[in-house]
Amino acid sequence: MNLAQQFETLSELARNGEVLPFWQDVFVKFYQAFLYEDRWTQYIQGVGTTLLVTAMALAIGVILGSVVALVRVTHDQQRRRRNPVLGVVNAVLKVYVTVIRGTPMMVQLLIMSMVIFASSRNYTMVGALTLGINSGAYVSEIIRGGLMAVDPGQMEAGRSLGLDYLTTMVRIVIPQAIRSILPSLGNEFIILLKDTSLITTIGGKELLYAAQGVMNRTYEAMFPLLGTAAIYLVLVMIFTWLLGKLERRLAQSDRR
Amino acid sequence: MIDVKGLRKSYDGVEVLKGVDLTIHKGDVVCLVGPSGCGKSTFLRCLNRLEEPDAGTVTLEGQEITDRDIDAMRARMGMVFQHFNLFPHLTVRRNITLAPVHLKRMTQAEADAKAMELLERIGLADKADAYPNMLSGGQKQRIAIVRALAMNPEVLLFDEPTSALDPEMVGEVLELMKELAHGGMTMVVVTHEMGFAREVANRVIFIDEGVVKVDKPPKEFFSNIENERLRTFLSKVL
Repeated sequence: MNLAQQFETLSELARNGEVLPFWQDVFVKFYQAFLYEDRWTQYIQGVGTTLLVTAMALAIGVILGSVVALVRVTHDQQRRRRNPVLGVVNAVLKVYVTVIRGTPMMVQLLIMSMVIFASSRNYTMVGALTLGINSGAYVSEIIRGGLMAVDPGQMEAGRSLGLDYLTTMVRIVIPQAIRSILPSLGNEFIILLKDTSLITTIGGKELLYAAQGVMNRTYEAMFPLLGTAAIYLVLVMIFTWLLGKLERRLAQSDRR
Repeated sequence: MIDVKGLRKSYDGVEVLKGVDLTIHKGDVVCLVGPSGCGKSTFLRCLNRLEEPDAGTVTLEGQEITDRDIDAMRARMGMVFQHFNLFPHLTVRRNITLAPVHLKRMTQAEADAKAMELLERIGLADKADAYPNMLSGGQKQRIAIVRALAMNPEVLLFDEPTSALDPEMVGEVLELMKELAHGGMTMVVVTHEMGFAREVANRVIFIDEGVVKVDKPPKEFFSNIENERLRTFLSKVL
């Protein structure tokens, strides 16, 4: 007797009011959570969306964060004559970082989907955008910290040779900052990956959304939720391992 | 060659330089000495505007140094730092060639040749492809000097070039500086090495209370001491 037939027989029994023994009960619930009507494909699609949203949010976050960090560092490193335009932009960016870091991600998601993009039905994209904007604020602080951790003597040495500010930044300061930025950026990436589960609340069709879909049809929460948790855990472990490898490679080139 | 007039600089309300006037001629080797915090490093850093003076002017070959053309002016004034400030992520060769190539003074090939020639001269040609972390302090500082020289500067500024070195490495750096001085390079040196000042400089300057107090050839500077504070200072360091 194959699994499908066994499932049919046992669920038929359960429907008729029979109390199934423990392992048969577990089997039925597991089967209907993952295998019945090929439900596992929904989880796989969910994982795909989760990874896509993570990648998009990370891209937005890194680009936004880099720009914010560069503007803020440039502003802070100005001397006597301060550029008024830069001052205004810097103030705006400071508000952005403060607001984003000072309000819950969940609230930001709800505001974005129900107020700002209230007419949009593409919840997944709205979610990715929100996560990206959120991540940008944190990434900007990571990058700013990395840039400021580079010995100021490096900037002075570059400038004393006649290189301009931007060249010195790009050729001398940033390459050195990247070493200290990358590990924290990896950490931010992992946080982002897990936070994508929040976009379920605005209707983004990622992994948790798939699990909830199954829950709503089977009235069973345990296996879909445990399965979701296990998938996140495996994803995070894979990326942690990859980041560890990357860090070791960076450390090696540091020792040269 | 360099004309400094009325240079003032204060930090948080404390005036470190209170109107320094100084003229440095071509070929001069000027040593600035004085107690810590007397403003000699600040003065040096004001020359190429790593510190922005509050008042006063610095003129290089008749051209006033302002913020507008600062990069071009800095390229004409090499600077050597106490902590070397080599670029740790670049090889020695790239450290030396980065600025001349980027500023289109030379092609990469020309700059490489020049770098090798300079490294040959200081006996470190075998370190061209090494990274700064692999070098001793003395080697780092000599390469920092070479990095400044690669831009063919008209004047070299030294900010306590031997203060961060182990004692046994001070000699090799001073030797190279002496060689440059004898080669006719204009040099402004902030230093605690009185031996170097006495032997190599043609002017020794004592900065105190934010102004130039004594400016004499080394022989007179060290023998004919009229300034009371200089006497106290020298009695401590000699």
